[in-house]
Amino acid sequence: MSEARTQILTSIRRSLKRDNVTPEMASTVENRLKDHARNLVPARSKLSPTDRVDLFVSMATEVAATVDRIPNLSRVPHAVADYLASQNLPAEVKVAPDPQLGTIPWNKRPTLTVDRGRAADRDLTSVTGAFAAIAETGTLMMLSGPEHPTTLNMMPDTHIVVLRADQVVGSYEDGWDAVRRCDKGMPRTVNFITGPSRTGDIEQTLQLGAHGPRRLHILLIDGAGV
Amino acid sequence: MQSTSHAFKDNAHGALADERLQKALGKMKVGFQDKRTRAAARLPEFETLRDQSRDIKNHVLEHLDLYLERFESNVIANGGKVHWCRTPGEARDAIVEICRSVDAKIVTKGKSMIAEEIELNDHLEKHGLEPVETDLGEYIIQLRKEAPSHIIAPAVHLNKEDVAESFMKAHTLLDPHRSLEEPRALVNEAREMLRQKFLAADVGITGANFLIAETGSTVIVTNEGNGDLTQTLPKIHIVLASLEKIVPTLEDASTILRVLARSATGQEFSSYTTFSTGPRRPGDLDGPEQFHVVLLDNGRTAMLGTEFQDMLRCIRCGACMNHCPVYGAVGGHAYGWVYPGPMGSVLTPGLIGVQEAGHLPNASTFCGKCESVCPMRIPLPKMMRHWREREYEKKMSPQAYRNGLSLWAWFAKRPDLYRLGSKIAMGVLGAMGRRKGRFRSLPLAGGWTDWRDMPAPEGKTFHQLWAERQGKAATSATATPSNDRKAA
Repeated sequence: MSEARTQILTSIRRSLKRDNVTPEMASTVENRLKDHARNLVPARSKLSPTDRVDLFVSMATEVAATVDRIPNLSRVPHAVADYLASQNLPAEVKVAPDPQLGTIPWNKRPTLTVDRGRAADRDLTSVTGAFAAIAETGTLMMLSGPEHPTTLNMMPDTHIVVLRADQVVGSYEDGWDAVRRCDKGMPRTVNFITGPSRTGDIEQTLQLGAHGPRRLHILLIDGAGV
Repeated sequence: MQSTSHAFKDNAHGALADERLQKALGKMKVGFQDKRTRAAARLPEFETLRDQSRDIKNHVLEHLDLYLERFESNVIANGGKVHWCRTPGEARDAIVEICRSVDAKIVTKGKSMIAEEIELNDHLEKHGLEPVETDLGEYIIQLRKEAPSHIIAPAVHLNKEDVAESFMKAHTLLDPHRSLEEPRALVNEAREMLRQKFLAADVGITGANFLIAETGSTVIVTNEGNGDLTQTLPKIHIVLASLEKIVPTLEDASTILRVLARSATGQEFSSYTTFSTGPRRPGDLDGPEQFHVVLLDNGRTAMLGTEFQDMLRCIRCGACMNHCPVYGAVGGHAYGWVYPGPMGSVLTPGLIGVQEAGHLPNASTFCGKCESVCPMRIPLPKMMRHWREREYEKKMSPQAYRNGLSLWAWFAKRPDLYRLGSKIAMGVLGAMGRRKGRFRSLPLAGGWTDWRDMPAPEGKTFHQLWAERQGKAATSATATPSNDRKAA
């Protein structure tokens, strides 16, 4: 294998007509990797916080996500139970073991069965938080970790996301800066999720729920905390 | 896959006569083109983003070795492994070896054109593994034992009746009287069948839209979410990618992502864009235990530094084929290998040789639409011309064609003789065809007149008409300024 590696790298240098790397080239590459310089970021994402949230909502809705704006975390159990009832879905949820969701007073809706952990095949509905949301395209940004199992984003038929308005940023680049500020390096998985799963593979007709969730429902908390 | 590119002409004739195919292609053309136009118009920065995307990849290609080394060291730092492979054979061996190390049986796959390029499924089957395509389009054509006909919509050549027929045949445990008339029913059935495979798989193989040097991440873009289930549920995640997929930073990937979905499907953004970095971390409740990147060259480093280097910017969005009149008429299978359409006409001769694929760069009207929609601004027509030149230099084009060209060249180098000859020819043809305005048949032009009438010339040559027009233009150009002054 290392022979293949050497040959491939040699072949690149031969094709580019240079035998070795000059210090200038090395520093060009080094700086580019270090600086994280932004390319052009569309003007549409540069908005006041309120307009940013509105843009997020309209872009997410356009791709068939649904958004319910609620005042605080204590409303989550009602919003979840009401949504499931409106869709004729069983009142059972698998919730991410996320401390941010830990303060949700689930016992306010005793009819709702709440379990925690990663998703299993039988789980029909998941409830997770999000790391951030990108207004530009109505995209949710999810980071994997012990408190954020990736399977919850992908396996259940219905994915409910609890998002605070102050988590909405303008662009993907703003999202990456937020990841870097956490100083924990790149997580195993970063999911950008824009609407529910879909396919156009049969005669280009749009069908939701190909393999991932059929429904993506966002509970957007406008106020702060409980 | 075994190439039939040498038989492009026969393939194309067959495709034009295939009614089912023509019906499916008719539906495709309008959809993709309209959606892309709308998406591009909605983002004022779209054209500048295309420029920047081109520049990012040009920078990468000039420093490819450095970015690949950095990518590898970051994959290793995150607990993964990179397998460098020169040839399809090396890549297949690397993948089988990884599968064997865990005694794998079922291998789920996200959509990967590189897997088609290295004929991975056949190879896995030969080694007793069960490869399962999980992208709906790929799953359908796997059941039908066909090759993809489009790089982002592999089953675009099929109608829903074809799919229903394949599902009835394949899913024998289900009720044979169930209704599969609606696309919804087909999608639901595939979801159910494939969910079991996702859960049972030992290894998941995905492609990559990007490799990121800064972080050692690989990126996949899907709408279905099949790629995510493929890579999250099994013990092992193998990423199969060609080495030109690399970009420096997350910012660079974000820029190109902005033009990718808009050019491909006309979406603002695909449903799922997923960045994967190494295997699962301590404390994680899910994710693969091993992360391997199989990095394939297969002729790409040899394209660097040549007139075909620009082709390595391609991000496989499919816009060129969506807008190509030739692709729209014959579909993807006629091209005879993995990559159809304009990008295939340039890439295929580079990967499998101009001897095998020499017809493809000739299957173009040079209308230039492909280049005008390519998000990476790849000069596709120019490179098709380069292949034609190489074909001519290697004396591979037919003798009659070469003789014709030589004759034309002889005249073209003698302008007075050329003008005189064409003036006489146009005059004669014009007089002969004046009554009907067209010819049903002409000697030596059967290739044209067997299929359609040849319009009769109007009696003047292009040179004559051009000279007349220039004369008129000169007169009106001198007249314009005074008019302007009056208007002011």
